[in-house]
Amino acid sequence: MSKIHVQTTINGEETEFLCEPRQSLLEVLRETLGFTGTKEGCNDGNCGACSVQMDGVLANSCLVLAIEAEGKEITTVEGLASPEGLHPIQQKFLEHAALQCGICTPGFLVAAKALLDQNPTPTEHEVRHWLAGNLCRCTGYDKIVRAVLDTAEEMQSA
Amino acid sequence: MFVTLYEEDFPLKDFEYCAPKTLREAVSLLAEKGESARVMAGGTDLIVQMRGKRFQTERVVDIKHIPELNELSFGNRKGLVIGAGVPCWRIYNDSEVVERYPGLIDSASIIGGIQIQGRATLGGNLCNASPSADTTPSLIAYSAVCHIVGPEGKRSMPVEEFCVGPGKNALKAGEILVSMQIPANKKNQGAHYQRFIPRNEMDIAVVGVGSWVELANRGKEFKNVRIALGAVGPTPIFASAASEALIGQAVSDEAIAAAGEAAQSVASPISDMRGPAEFRTHLVGVLVKRTLQGAVARAKGQFVANAVQEAAG
Repeated sequence: MSKIHVQTTINGEETEFLCEPRQSLLEVLRETLGFTGTKEGCNDGNCGACSVQMDGVLANSCLVLAIEAEGKEITTVEGLASPEGLHPIQQKFLEHAALQCGICTPGFLVAAKALLDQNPTPTEHEVRHWLAGNLCRCTGYDKIVRAVLDTAEEMQSA
Repeated sequence: MFVTLYEEDFPLKDFEYCAPKTLREAVSLLAEKGESARVMAGGTDLIVQMRGKRFQTERVVDIKHIPELNELSFGNRKGLVIGAGVPCWRIYNDSEVVERYPGLIDSASIIGGIQIQGRATLGGNLCNASPSADTTPSLIAYSAVCHIVGPEGKRSMPVEEFCVGPGKNALKAGEILVSMQIPANKKNQGAHYQRFIPRNEMDIAVVGVGSWVELANRGKEFKNVRIALGAVGPTPIFASAASEALIGQAVSDEAIAAAGEAAQSVASPISDMRGPAEFRTHLVGVLVKRTLQGAVARAKGQFVANAVQEAAG
């Protein structure tokens, strides 16, 4: 099948690519565009490792067709840090050692950022509920939850 | 060599992608290809099923660019219209729906995780016709009507007639589910959905029950009742006899318990990895009772926490 031209915005930059209709956004991000920060875990919407924001809404990029990115604004983990430094959520993940093997981390970072975008002062329960779609087999989640809560607190006082 | 799962193990076969902007266009795109064309809303079931090679797909018709499918609006006359392409997050972030239809929020806020809710739609949940779909019992309880458009025009049907078997819906070739419409809510009405799962989140209902009530005589009597059961039969079930038996009765623990028993008699659950049939039948009695109690409390204007709020304490 011939490739389709898609025009989109990724991490604030206008981007265009060619893809087949069958290709997932995850596949194109990683294989065509080189955004390898977005990870493939289960490839069926269970683990959240491939989380991205589409027009601000959190989604699993393995369950999005790349062609659906047309006209959308996509945020991947590469879009979190600025030239000035890491996003506070990234810094807090480091400080709290909220990762071990790291494969789930980009998904958690994107999901946690999406939470803080719309709820700057989440409770612990709200953090755990929001992150239920992200699986981590190493940390036991506690450090992740603390990192997110600490980020919220710091961003509030900043 | 670097091997990726999506290339080697779960390839999606080539298909044609269409994103029509009108219903007319969508219907003809679907009708042309018959069974080998599939409608895509959120894609959270469809893409997984296509990877699993459950069916040959030649054409995917993305209906998210059609205005009618994106409608989410309330009016005192028309009630609530939910376009079949409206994702869950829009529903539970809509203050009017939250206030007027809490029994819908109960189920829309527990499908998958936040990522799934960012894409998954009630219309897709319904069309996928899983017996355990969370939102379908809520829609049945609320007397939703499905609006369908196809090559032969428009038609409508009660939501309880829409699912006809596991994974099978009532749509004919070329037809699209456009929207679900729920009557305007009134005072003295309330609804509640609960499911049983062995975990806190991210699971599929072992049993789900949605109940809706209208009370009379200052909240002391059942004027109208609708009880719907999920995951205990080949389709979601409208427990009509159990519902009707309550009409005209005084609101009491005894009447509610009797409704639970009556609903058990129409459940025909299977035993599988989520639970044995006996346990599921037991759960029907428990959840009918709890959801009726919740629906009665909401009909009296009392706050009843949904699963997300309850876990928050």
